[in-house]
Amino acid sequence: MSETAITIRGLRKSYDELEAVKGIDLEVAREEVFAVLGPNGAGKTTTVEILEGYLDRDGGEVSVLGVDPARPTAAWREKIGIVLQSTTLEPALTARESLQQYAGYYRNPRNVDDVIELVGLQNQADTRARKLSGGQQRRLDVGIALIGDPDLLFLDEPTTGFDPSARRQAWEMIAGLRDLGKTVLLTTHYMEEAQFLADRVAIISDGRIVALDTPENLGDRGQLPTTIYFVIPESIDLAEIAGTGEILIGGESGTGLKTVQISTHEPVAGLNRITGWAMGQGFELDQLEVRRPSLEDVYLELTES
Amino acid sequence: MRAVSLALHEFRFAQKVFWRNPASVFFTALLPVLFLFIFATIFGNDRNDELDGVKITTYYIPAIVTLAVISATMVNLAMNVTIAREEGLLKRGRGTPLPPWVFIAGRVGNAIVISTIMLVVVTLIGKLVYDAPIPWERIPAVAVTLIVGATSFCCLGLAMTVIIPSREAASAITNAITLPLYFLSGIFIPESEIPDGVLAFANHFPVRDFFEAFFTAYSPNTVGPGFEWGELAVVAVWGLGGLLIALRYFRWTPRN
Repeated sequence: MSETAITIRGLRKSYDELEAVKGIDLEVAREEVFAVLGPNGAGKTTTVEILEGYLDRDGGEVSVLGVDPARPTAAWREKIGIVLQSTTLEPALTARESLQQYAGYYRNPRNVDDVIELVGLQNQADTRARKLSGGQQRRLDVGIALIGDPDLLFLDEPTTGFDPSARRQAWEMIAGLRDLGKTVLLTTHYMEEAQFLADRVAIISDGRIVALDTPENLGDRGQLPTTIYFVIPESIDLAEIAGTGEILIGGESGTGLKTVQISTHEPVAGLNRITGWAMGQGFELDQLEVRRPSLEDVYLELTES
Repeated sequence: MRAVSLALHEFRFAQKVFWRNPASVFFTALLPVLFLFIFATIFGNDRNDELDGVKITTYYIPAIVTLAVISATMVNLAMNVTIAREEGLLKRGRGTPLPPWVFIAGRVGNAIVISTIMLVVVTLIGKLVYDAPIPWERIPAVAVTLIVGATSFCCLGLAMTVIIPSREAASAITNAITLPLYFLSGIFIPESEIPDGVLAFANHFPVRDFFEAFFTAYSPNTVGPGFEWGELAVVAVWGLGGLLIALRYFRWTPRN
C-alpha cells in the first residue's frame, strides 16, 4: 500500500465560463491531517468534491486511496468518510438511529456506541436530530462519516457558523481522530482552525495553491519581520530610534497621541533600544506589544488579489 | 442476499421517518379517511342508477382507496424525496457504499406498504360504518390493481421530483397536478355529476383509469373476476413513462 493517500496533478475544473480550479498539484500522506485553507469561492469545495467522486474534473490526474474518484467503486466507498459542507441529517431520527442506519451500509462498521462516545454525544444519543444544537448536529454528521471506519475522512468546513465554544469542542474531537490513524482532508476559511488541527496547510486562492507548508512555516513566516507596537504622545521625536527597523506612524489626529509600528528582523535588540530610550526620556510605552506575523497576516497577504 | 437485507434495512428506517412526520401521517393516513366521512355525509347514502346501481358510499370506497394510494405513493415520494434531495441526504447517501437503487427501493417499499394499509383501513371503515361490501370474490383484482397502481404512481412520484425545483415548491406542484385530476376523475364528486366530455378527457390520465379499475373490482354488481386490464395498461404505461424520466433525469444533489 502506498504512503500517499491523495495525489493530485494538474487538476482543472470549470463551470460554464468560470474556471474554479486552475491547475492544482497536491499530495497528502497517509495519517496526515491536511487543511485546505482559502476564502469563499477559492475552489476548495470543488476540489474536495472531485476527490469525493461527486464532481467530474475537466483535466489532470487524481488518485484517492489508489482509485480514480471519477470511477468510484463500492469497495472504495467503504474506505472514505464524507462530511459535506452543509449538515445533512434525517431530522426525525435520533443520533443513535442515524448511526445505526448508516452502519448498515458498510461491511465492517464501527460500533455505534463507540462512535457516539467519540463524537461526545452520550447524553444526546436518543435525541432526535432536529432537537440537537448546531454543534451537536455537526458532531453527529462527523460520527456518520466515521461509522464505516474509513481510512480517509473529508471534512468540508466542519465548524462554519459555530460559536467559539462549539468550535473548540469540534476541534478537540477532530484532533482526537489523529489517534485513530485516520487521514483527514479538511477545508476551512478559519486560519486558527488550520493552525490548531493540521500537520500541513495549503492556502488556495482563485483556483490555485498559493502556499503549502506546515502551519509554523507557512508563507516563510519564520522569515517575516516581527512588529513592535506602542502608543506615545505626538510630541515625542523618534529620531533616536530610527535605526531599529521600518517605522510606521499612525493614530487619530487631535488625540495628542500617535501609534508607532516598527517592523524588525532583530526584535530583541530593537526592543532593548526602544525601552532604554523610553526609560531614559522618562515616558511610558502605552499598549506595548510585540507580534510575530500571524498565520492570518500571511493568509491575508497571500489571498489578496 | 445482501442487497435484499440492505433494502429491508432501508425500508425499516423509511417507516420510522414516515410515522414520525406529522405532515406525512396527516396527509397520507388521516386526510383520505376524513374525505370519506365528508363526502359520504354530503352526498348521502342513496342508491344511484348512474353509478352502476351502487350506493354512493359504496362508490366512495374505491374512490378514497384510489386517493389514499396516490397520496402514499406519488405525492409522498414527490414531496419527501425532493426534500431529502434538497437537504443533501441523497447526496450523502451517494457517498456511501449503499447501491443507489436500494435507497429508492426502501422508500418505494415503504410507500407500497402504506398504500396496502390504507386500502385495508378504508375498506374496513366502508364495511363497518357504511355497510359497503368487501369484495372477497374479487380480491385478486383488488390486489393486482393495487400493485400495478402503487408501483406506477411511485414511478410518477420519482419523475415529479425532476420538475420540482425546491422543497418550498413541492406541495404546490403536487397539489396543482393531483387536485384537478381528483375532481375531473370522479374521486371527489360522483361521476354521475360530471359531464361525459370531462370524463373522456380525464380518461387520458392515470388517476381516472386507476379509479375505474378499483371501482370494477369493488362494485358488488361486477360480474366475473373484475380485472380491468385496459385501464391497468394505461396506468402502467404512465408509470413506465415516469420510470424512464426518473432514470434519465433524476438528481441526487440539491438544486439550491
